[in-house]
Amino acid sequence: MTRDQIRDEVLDILRDIAPDEDLSQLKDDQSFREQLELDSMDFLDIVMELRKRHRIQIPEDDYMNLRSMDSTVAYLEPLMKDIEKV
Amino acid sequence: MYDTLIIGAGMSGLAAGIRLAYYDQRVCICERHWTIGGLNSFYRLRGRDYDVGLHAVTNVTPKGAKRGPLARLLRQLRLSWDELAISPQLGSEIVFPGVRLSFNNDLELLREEIARAFPAQRDNFQRLIETVVDYDDLDETHAAQSARSRLGEIITDPLLIEMLLCPLMFYGSAREQDMDWGQFSIMFRSIFMEGLGRPHAGVRLILKLLVRKFRALGGELRLRSGVERLHVENGRVVGVRLENGQTLEAKRILSSAGWLETMRMCDDGQPVPAERPPGRLSFCETIATLDVEPKRLGYDRTITFFNDWDRFDWRQSQAPCDTRSGVVCSPNNFDYDEPLDKAGAGVMRITALASHDYWRQLDGESYRLEKLRWYDRVTDSAVRFIPDYRGRVVDTDMFTPKTIVRFTGHENGAIYGAPQKQLDGRTHLENLFVCGTDQGFIGIIGAVTSGISMANMHCLK
Repeated sequence: MTRDQIRDEVLDILRDIAPDEDLSQLKDDQSFREQLELDSMDFLDIVMELRKRHRIQIPEDDYMNLRSMDSTVAYLEPLMKDIEKV
Repeated sequence: MYDTLIIGAGMSGLAAGIRLAYYDQRVCICERHWTIGGLNSFYRLRGRDYDVGLHAVTNVTPKGAKRGPLARLLRQLRLSWDELAISPQLGSEIVFPGVRLSFNNDLELLREEIARAFPAQRDNFQRLIETVVDYDDLDETHAAQSARSRLGEIITDPLLIEMLLCPLMFYGSAREQDMDWGQFSIMFRSIFMEGLGRPHAGVRLILKLLVRKFRALGGELRLRSGVERLHVENGRVVGVRLENGQTLEAKRILSSAGWLETMRMCDDGQPVPAERPPGRLSFCETIATLDVEPKRLGYDRTITFFNDWDRFDWRQSQAPCDTRSGVVCSPNNFDYDEPLDKAGAGVMRITALASHDYWRQLDGESYRLEKLRWYDRVTDSAVRFIPDYRGRVVDTDMFTPKTIVRFTGHENGAIYGAPQKQLDGRTHLENLFVCGTDQGFIGIIGAVTSGISMANMHCLK
């Protein structure tokens, strides 16, 4: 997947977790927590969705990389570069 | 081999099951009873539907709210607000001799009421709100402090302290005469600052929604499958024996059976420590069907918490039922789009503290007769505070501590379980965890949150 495809995938996961959120205004360099009021349970869901959809295992110590869209995509890029977009 | 075996198909077990099944675990929920729900359930009697347990859903925030426990659990279970369709309360009250405080889902009303009835406490109440808002429910440092002593530092009128404690203790204190400060703060926010509501179809709607979701995700639900033994080897549960003799295997067990009750299932001879006694607070409830909606008799309150003297005595009942205080709830009195009953019937429920020891030893005919006798006494007590509906009753029912034991398995019929909670859900065994009442969260929203958070913490990560 390319960076853009990974970003789309993360957006799709966020839409799943928080169906009532307007994600069109999301600023990639700002934290999800401030913009979307996600809590630690929601962050676990981002991790679990990535595992469910793409078999990516993210250790607990790495959760902090999922702070914003920019940091998430940067963290996922090496892990997802060989995954085909379906 | 299951990934996770869950004991109990109540709110917490079902919620945990949904989380795990959603993330592709092989999950089985074993329920001892022939029906789901545990403490919060529903039944049909002589052609009418009744709820048990649930008076109201707490933490009711409006559709679209992103914060708060209700919004969080909807997200976690992938449910939409509309699926629950909770109607807000019309308004409730706390009644003590000479003082009546109204509240609804807008904190402003309670603030005005306190300023009216306790003018000198106006600023103190504001300070209490600020303290409660600041309480961090994920930080356990102050969780077990005495709510009475914290309240005494902020509110200087003892009667107001009693009146604030009464509804919160009735709706969730496993501790006698006091509450944990953490529990007080959580309950204060969930009842006074967020609010009360009810789905039109009651608890059955919530339970059926959870079961449907669990099954659709591939979860397995076994009714009439009580767990009798957890077989322990080398610090792990390696097998589960059911009451019907069957054995099952699972990588881990999540039990909502209660702390003590779960420990007793373990066959490793784990001693049950005396400093961790079971809870002692149990309830009875009278249920009356009326031939008229309560509001036509002048009763338009959703819930009335009453107490007939200036101290609120929250302890194990010495009499079969403690008629000095109680909670009156009419499921008719929520802000529904359509009336609860098309034919115009009404329902009144009264909950009061009751003695498990007394009710336990009754059988057959004496149990039936005592239920009739105490139905009358509890009702006679309540109508001192609300309009008298006794002339319009067409059917009645009553549950006692004995009923609670039957449906929850809790020792002593302890409605809110043991006073000492196991907030992290861990046990002495590495793959056995507890959720539900004895983990620490109370009420429907609390139970669901307990199931979700224990599943997340111990079974998913």
